[in-house]
Amino acid sequence: MISIKNVSKWYGNFQVLTDCTTEVKKGEVVVVCGPSGSGKSTLIKTVNALEPFQKGDIVVDGISIADPKTNLPKLRSRVGMVFQHFELFPHLTITDNLAIAQQKVLGRSRDEARAKGAKLLERVGLSAHAAKFPGQLSGGQQQRVAIARALAMDPIVMLFDEPTSALDPEMVNEVLDVMVQLAHEGMTMMCVTHEMGFARKVANRVIFMDKGKIEEDCSKEDFFGSPRGERAQLFLSKILQH
Amino acid sequence: MGQYQWNWGIILEEVYGTGEYYYQWLITGLGWTVATALSAWVIALILGSLIGTVRTMPNKWLAGLATAYVELFRNIPLIVQLFLWFFVLPEVLPEQMGTWMKQDMPMPEFITAVIGLGLFTSARVAEQVRTGIMALPRGQRYAGQALGFTLGQTYRYVLLPMAFRIVIPPLTSEFMNVFKNSAVALAIGVTELTFQMRQITGEYAPGNPIEVMTMVSVIYLIMAFSVNRLMAFIERRTQVPGYISGGSK
Repeated sequence: MISIKNVSKWYGNFQVLTDCTTEVKKGEVVVVCGPSGSGKSTLIKTVNALEPFQKGDIVVDGISIADPKTNLPKLRSRVGMVFQHFELFPHLTITDNLAIAQQKVLGRSRDEARAKGAKLLERVGLSAHAAKFPGQLSGGQQQRVAIARALAMDPIVMLFDEPTSALDPEMVNEVLDVMVQLAHEGMTMMCVTHEMGFARKVANRVIFMDKGKIEEDCSKEDFFGSPRGERAQLFLSKILQH
Repeated sequence: MGQYQWNWGIILEEVYGTGEYYYQWLITGLGWTVATALSAWVIALILGSLIGTVRTMPNKWLAGLATAYVELFRNIPLIVQLFLWFFVLPEVLPEQMGTWMKQDMPMPEFITAVIGLGLFTSARVAEQVRTGIMALPRGQRYAGQALGFTLGQTYRYVLLPMAFRIVIPPLTSEFMNVFKNSAVALAIGVTELTFQMRQITGEYAPGNPIEVMTMVSVIYLIMAFSVNRLMAFIERRTQVPGYISGGSK
């Protein structure tokens, strides 16, 4: 589904991604973790071309991102993305947040888009909030709306960029629950997250990044059993201490 | 020096030998002021929004051109710009066009003032619109694009609606400024409010400048304050429920 091939990226002289290669197969859940500044958020943003890269290629469902002829907006409309800070549109109601891209990008009718949005809102347990604005919801609620918004586009794969790291602790689980449910339904997912419990529960593979490089890329059993690299061991010992 | 002869009723008096009254002159002046300011504001708002938006676009060439535009129009005094448009432009244009501007263009003073004031103000509006766009989190642009919006759609549906809301306070000042700055149009002969004031106090009623100037000042004050109230109304109507910015009360 996603094939990342030898991707390198620089900001000026500073290299943020070095020769990253990995794959996410259909139906697979891949968790990307690593210390702050390791390039994991940058890597996931290259998958739907939000961040450009200078070397290598990424192929999503057979379509090359590096190919200048690729229609990037069209490709992005098929790849769902959830952000650390939710990024709902503050001036639109929850209903319109869910409907606007369906209407303007996919060309669905207003009624169709709203019906689809309402269904997904129910699925994340927020039907009662449809008429509200994002600023009137809690962080956890906003993130569940953001997931519903991405799902409304019928994506072939979902990208999560630290979806719980801006949330108060008591709201983390309501978001993870939605993600676990998605994973169980067979959604292809690439998740940058530090939620190792989530990784243990649903991940097929874990990627560990450090200093812009993919240091570990293995099954979750191998990763949690005995990560090969010293840095991954150190990282795990730090985040699993408590 | 004799005692100043106060006469607040002067405005109701007839201008000697014309059959017209002073208040009619002021109303004519007010009409030109409003027409100049509103027309210039339409130009400023449309062009300024466009230029300010382009300055935030990824295309470096376009953004550079927009920057050059802003610097050109905001670094030359407004009155000098009006003189350039009015006196210099017809001379440097191809002869036919220059002659047309000087002889056949309808309402040359008014049109020149509207364009000059509009372009000058557009550079300032552009900076405010740019500020509004740049005040938004980068994630908003990402979120729009991630949903499949084109660059244009991302601006139209995601960035600009919030950016404009954010810059309503400085745009209010700018909208008020355009009324006050329109007084400069007298320099090229637009018979607007300040022009009428000078004509009355200079030639026709030199004995009572304080009254006339006070009245004109009050008229400007009322105009600017009306704009201020209108914008405050728009600000309230477009307020986003639950959206709290860092500096709000």
